[in-house]
Amino acid sequence: MIVKATGLRKSYGATEVLTGVDLSVAEGSVLALLGPNGAGKTTTVRILTTLTRPDSGTATIAGYDVLREPARVRGVISLTGQYAAVDENQTGRENLVMVGRLMHLGRRTARRRTTELLEQFGLTDAMGRHVKTYSGGMRRKLDLAMSLIARPRVIFLDEPTTGLDPASRFAMWDAIAELVRDGTTILLTTQYLEEADRLADRIVLLDHGRIVASGTADALKTQIGGERIELRFTDEVQLLKAAGVLNGVVDQLVLNVPSDGTAAHLHQVLDVLRDNGLMPERVSSHRPTLDDVFLALTA
Amino acid sequence: MSHQGVVAACSDVVTMIDRSVRLARRNVDTLFVSLLLPLLMMALFVYVFGGAINTGTEYVNYVVPGILLLTTGYGASSTAMVVADDMHNGMIDRLRSLPIHSFAVLTGHVVASVARNATSTAIVIVASLAMGFRPNGGVVDWLAAIGLLLLYVVALSWLAAGLGVIAKSVESASALSFFMLFLPYLSSAFVQPETMPSWLRPISEHQPITPVIETVRSLLIGTPMENNGRVALAWCCGLLLFSVVLATSLYRRRSNR
Repeated sequence: MIVKATGLRKSYGATEVLTGVDLSVAEGSVLALLGPNGAGKTTTVRILTTLTRPDSGTATIAGYDVLREPARVRGVISLTGQYAAVDENQTGRENLVMVGRLMHLGRRTARRRTTELLEQFGLTDAMGRHVKTYSGGMRRKLDLAMSLIARPRVIFLDEPTTGLDPASRFAMWDAIAELVRDGTTILLTTQYLEEADRLADRIVLLDHGRIVASGTADALKTQIGGERIELRFTDEVQLLKAAGVLNGVVDQLVLNVPSDGTAAHLHQVLDVLRDNGLMPERVSSHRPTLDDVFLALTA
Repeated sequence: MSHQGVVAACSDVVTMIDRSVRLARRNVDTLFVSLLLPLLMMALFVYVFGGAINTGTEYVNYVVPGILLLTTGYGASSTAMVVADDMHNGMIDRLRSLPIHSFAVLTGHVVASVARNATSTAIVIVASLAMGFRPNGGVVDWLAAIGLLLLYVVALSWLAAGLGVIAKSVESASALSFFMLFLPYLSSAFVQPETMPSWLRPISEHQPITPVIETVRSLLIGTPMENNGRVALAWCCGLLLFSVVLATSLYRRRSNR
């Protein structure tokens, strides 16, 4: 396990932000820390990247202890925070070379990597402009490029797409997917379930500073049950009648009927409704999403 | 620290100085104001207030050392804002997650601050000569005065960096550094302390700026030195030591949040 954390706790005054978090990430895999605002995602990342000391608990990155060997940890990781950490009054190129030099790449290597990364992220045309003229998407790309300059073994991405427009978000996903193909270990935080589903091998659901569930996206989805048929009625009288003849759960004007997802079962449900003179306004088949998992586990 | 560690640390410091100087040069508003404001202040004191103030000498000769200190105080205080900006715009997390010594980041800002201050001080000296400042110190006196001013600027810049680290925002950094701008007015910079009310006089005479000004005055226009040189050096060295320790330890402590 290239990232390993045990029993991380952290409080700010009387507020407990983390109440005993255990994590492990296998080399070359992607772990998503998923949770609402205030769940403790950023604090976890800050502890693992040596920026914050936990009140108790231990963590190692590539075998180095984050508390006892922070300098060594910093040598093998990179952090892309929630807000693009770039110098507005330097050009894209200057920002990259600077970080390369601070990672102790030689002058020539820093320049070569800068050229490669500008190319890779499509920033070559903008490299000579001050970053304050960049769009939000370009800043994030530059930010990520700065994180990659010294080929870190573990990359921490704290909400990498928050605040981006859809096109920039897709571009960011592509960039991250490319890192994954190269075998880089990634720990990312997100409040977007789609993002976790799409990028991560394993997902850890965090809520109020504790882990409420973890596993693959599929495993989490099966954890809260299978498919269902949603029957939407126009009035409550029909809804309640339907609830009387079908085995389901009422949610406002919708009756949720558990289903095995076959056409035969759908047919049977509609037959029962017709035999009782009931006509739903809409019928839809619903497969559980991570949203459902999330709501079910954090409610 | 190993030999390799020393080389890496020096390289980090150079990279950060490069960054801070570049950022300072491009922060045109701040640069412009920090170069121009001291000139305006000097003109104000020499031409507007000067006629009404009797110091027993030509007022321009009296006031220029004070203006020099005012200039450096102003320049250093803008460093507090630059550092505070760094601490709050996200860049600090990137810098802190890199394998570099915390000393390097602040040193970069301090060196940029000293460079900016040296420039504005040089401009003020040239302009003061044009306004009738007639120093009579020799080369050694000038070198000593410049050396003392540099030491003062370095110490003040470190103090400003420390204030920038403490400040909760750029605005509060600006407020915290206000006293750096205000202290010269309570010194012997513009009027002789003997003309102040008796309760204010001890404050004026025993604050760090007065001995520094009196030393520069003595070196450049030949007023009596008394023990001002030693007191000024002690103040500057003490302030420097205090500020470096304060700034670097506060900077490191922010990792515990």
